[in-house]
Amino acid sequence: MTNALGFSVLSITAYVPIVGAILIMFLFSRQRPLAIKWFAFGVSLISLFFSLFMIPYFEPSNVQMQFVERAEWIPSIGVQYFFGIDGISLPLIILTTLLSSVAVLCSFSNIGERQKEYYVSLLILETGMLGVFMALDVFLFYVFWEVMLVPMYFLIGIWGGQRKLYAAIKFFLYTLFGSVFILLGFLALYFLNANPAYGSGEFTFNLLELYRMAPRLPENFQFWIFLALFVGFAIKVPLFPLHTWLPDAHVEAPTAGSVILAGVLLKMGTYGFVRFSLPLLPKASFNLVPFISLLAIIGIIYGALVAMAQKDIKKLVAYSSVSHLGFVMLGIFALNSQGLLGALLQNLNHGLSTGALFLIVGILYERRHTRMIADYGGLSSVMPVFTVVFAIAMFSSIGLPGLNGFVGEFLILLGVFQTSTVYAAFAVTGIVLGAGYMLWLFQRMMFGPVTHEENRNLRDMNRREVAYMLPILVLMFWIGIYPKPYLEIMEPSVKNLIQHVELARGTPESLSAQASEALRQHQYLTTEWSR
Amino acid sequence: MPLKLPDINLFAIMPEIAMTVLVCLVLLVDLFVPQRRKALLGLLTLFGVVVTGLLTLPLIGMEADLFSDMYRVDSFAIFFKFIFLAITALTVLISMRYLSIEEIHLGEYYALVLFSVIGMMVMAGGSDLLTIYIGLELLSIPIYMLVGFMKRDLLSQEGGIKYFLLGAFSSGIILYGIALAYGITGTTNLAAMHAAFGETTGPNILLTLSVIMIVAGFAFKIALVPFHMWAPDAYQGAPTSITAFMSVGTKAAAFAGLLRIFAVAFEGIADQWAILLWLLAVFSMTWGNIAAMVQSNLKRLLAYSSVAHAGYVMMGLVVGSEIGMASVLLYLAVYIFMNMGAFTMVILLCRQNFRGDRVEDFRGLARAHPLAGIGFVIFFLSLAGIPPTAGFVGKFYLFSAAIESGYIWLALIGVLNSVLSVYYYFKIVANMYMAEPAGKVDISTSVPLRLALGLMVAGVLLIGVYPDPLISAAKASVAPFFQGASAIALVP
Repeated sequence: MTNALGFSVLSITAYVPIVGAILIMFLFSRQRPLAIKWFAFGVSLISLFFSLFMIPYFEPSNVQMQFVERAEWIPSIGVQYFFGIDGISLPLIILTTLLSSVAVLCSFSNIGERQKEYYVSLLILETGMLGVFMALDVFLFYVFWEVMLVPMYFLIGIWGGQRKLYAAIKFFLYTLFGSVFILLGFLALYFLNANPAYGSGEFTFNLLELYRMAPRLPENFQFWIFLALFVGFAIKVPLFPLHTWLPDAHVEAPTAGSVILAGVLLKMGTYGFVRFSLPLLPKASFNLVPFISLLAIIGIIYGALVAMAQKDIKKLVAYSSVSHLGFVMLGIFALNSQGLLGALLQNLNHGLSTGALFLIVGILYERRHTRMIADYGGLSSVMPVFTVVFAIAMFSSIGLPGLNGFVGEFLILLGVFQTSTVYAAFAVTGIVLGAGYMLWLFQRMMFGPVTHEENRNLRDMNRREVAYMLPILVLMFWIGIYPKPYLEIMEPSVKNLIQHVELARGTPESLSAQASEALRQHQYLTTEWSR
Repeated sequence: MPLKLPDINLFAIMPEIAMTVLVCLVLLVDLFVPQRRKALLGLLTLFGVVVTGLLTLPLIGMEADLFSDMYRVDSFAIFFKFIFLAITALTVLISMRYLSIEEIHLGEYYALVLFSVIGMMVMAGGSDLLTIYIGLELLSIPIYMLVGFMKRDLLSQEGGIKYFLLGAFSSGIILYGIALAYGITGTTNLAAMHAAFGETTGPNILLTLSVIMIVAGFAFKIALVPFHMWAPDAYQGAPTSITAFMSVGTKAAAFAGLLRIFAVAFEGIADQWAILLWLLAVFSMTWGNIAAMVQSNLKRLLAYSSVAHAGYVMMGLVVGSEIGMASVLLYLAVYIFMNMGAFTMVILLCRQNFRGDRVEDFRGLARAHPLAGIGFVIFFLSLAGIPPTAGFVGKFYLFSAAIESGYIWLALIGVLNSVLSVYYYFKIVANMYMAEPAGKVDISTSVPLRLALGLMVAGVLLIGVYPDPLISAAKASVAPFFQGASAIALVP
């Protein structure tokens, strides 16, 4: 547990946006939207800068938490202010800061009214998301997890489409419904840990302390707590059949809202499984692999089939998310390092490709105010730059070799194959279907003659639009062609996690002498977390 | 034979004395203050409350039985005294301008509020069923009058009469319960009752009856389902400042009395009452939230929501552990800020000839008055239990108490209810932010009102972000009830 930098880089990254939001709230007049826009963009860039600044100081080989910040917060119930990141959270943090900056930039022209409130919400949302990925105290995690709901509710509810009120409250209630189960699960863990029969006998919400309880916690407790956490995280992912809030929220949200939803919010669900469910409840995780894999596979195929039937581009992309996230879940619950590594990489890939697709829809919507596929056609002759960008995003989503999607899917399949060939076989059909609906979408929109007169004079992408698409496209190629740096950041943490899960799933009595020695020495379980 | 005089320690009841003096002073000064300048009385009351607060400070840490063990000063009573003083101060601040708008700015108003507060203090300090009963009456009677204070308003009259009839009825029931308990044990002193119960074994029908009656009577005062029927009418009819006052004040006082009775007298016979309180808690939470969803009047909506909140608080009593009791205190303290805050918003919208208490009156409010909108959102987030607000901390602590003692189902019902509640709270938020205003949205603000709102927002956020001092205080306040008890009883 180290902080290689002398200052609280995580807190700065996380709180710069909310401080910016407060400044906008009190210092900026709503008569000057331009100033607000550029200030918000500047704030999100500062946050992005600090998140990138961490990379050279981050030691991938060190599996302990880094850049740690920790202080007593509510000592009477054992809550700490505890931030720290490892190879699993660092990429997600950078994804968050990057997509937040993009989200601010892409809103310049498509948000016309109440801009002040809009950028305030967007920045508060960024703080909430970053906090979720940094918190290592489960209480703190929960606080950020819920804080984030409110600005998202406003983003959908105020600046959304026609059914915005319905979509906003549905999103809020659905996610909150899941969250409260997470809270109950956390509380159960907290009190079990305070019981010397299972845990350390201390009242603490420190996640790393709770990890140590994993080998000792009886299977039936693990099962029920897993189920409680599962409801919360699976709704966020969203895993079939808990996905029904997603199409509504995605379709009604403004472009930036959709980008953030798909790019970051969904990742919180999978992150929750990786950070909490697996290491805290390893036995239950192992026992429930068939159940979760089944849901993931149904999600992959069902999502793809429903996507194929959509007339609305945004809805199509939304359902493709259900399918892709099914993949990620399958990779996580392969419970081996290839699968998990692939899943985490695919998490990033999905954030980039789906984020890009939503931006593309947003660009079109701004020009034509329709999202129906049938209203387009033959755009390739009108908007050449746009066509290229769209094509790259589409191929990235399909998983064409050379682009990022391929690497992730390949690793996931590699991992899943080791667990079960049947799962892998079903998962592959999802890739085929994915190629089907994406190519068909592209064909209907871009090729052929221009079918609508209104489309004949559409403007191509302007410089600002190219500017925010460019970093995403670069990353797509980079991860696709040379994924090594990304995998290197994540791999040691992933291996450590898998090792922990492997060791902690056996009961102490049944462990061989060698295994229990390894367990005793394992990083997660032995490090002295000084109080 | 020497006559044994009761131990009289006037220093220990300084807050009560100070408040009584203040009431007399207010009534007296009222005679010399012209009608247009009644706000002076408000300032006087405020000053008196602050002085009383200062007089209460030296009592912290004191523990004493007074007046032949009829009255007690301990950390528990002192915690509640501070709660009541905070409620009084906020009530006065939100009343001053509102009363002139409703044209009921009379000196008696402040005197009645203060009388009621003295009753609350007596309830929290009573260590004998009779003292608690006297406190309850002293608290209730002024509020009956205050609910019907707008004597030209039919709704106010209706609410006042309803509240009075049902309130008097419930007082009678409590008295009957006390009589039965006295019949069994031969005493009304809580500690002596506990000792007497220690000898009873097995089910005792009279005892059960007594417990049921006492609980039912208190449930009336707190407005727990199925004893909540009066609440929507009284809450809607009463002057809004009184609604705010009684929704937090009566509730806190009645819980203080109930807590002491159950923690001291009935502690040994938990099997007789736990299921009863469990049912009250679950019905109140669930029905309160469901009924609130369909309300179109904000005051009625908040009335049902306060029924639901009473149900949440009841969870802590059901659990009965140290954390459970502490969470009751914490939640009641937190509830002051958020619930009074929500009612203050109604006051903010109230203008001449315009009540401003319908849900649609809030259309577009946030656009016209962004700060008011943000304030309202913060109160509602807190009521719904979303971090980083005080309401979250309160609920968190309640649920953790339930989980700790193995009441998983109760906790589950509680959290699902707080999800339900988001629906109707955010219906109003949606009205404020996402609906077009129907016409011009005016608010009537004044310096005291702004000060009160600022204090309440600050309270909600500060407790939400840094709840440690309040949690510690709540824990310390209930600690005397649990001396010698074992620390943790874990999930089965």
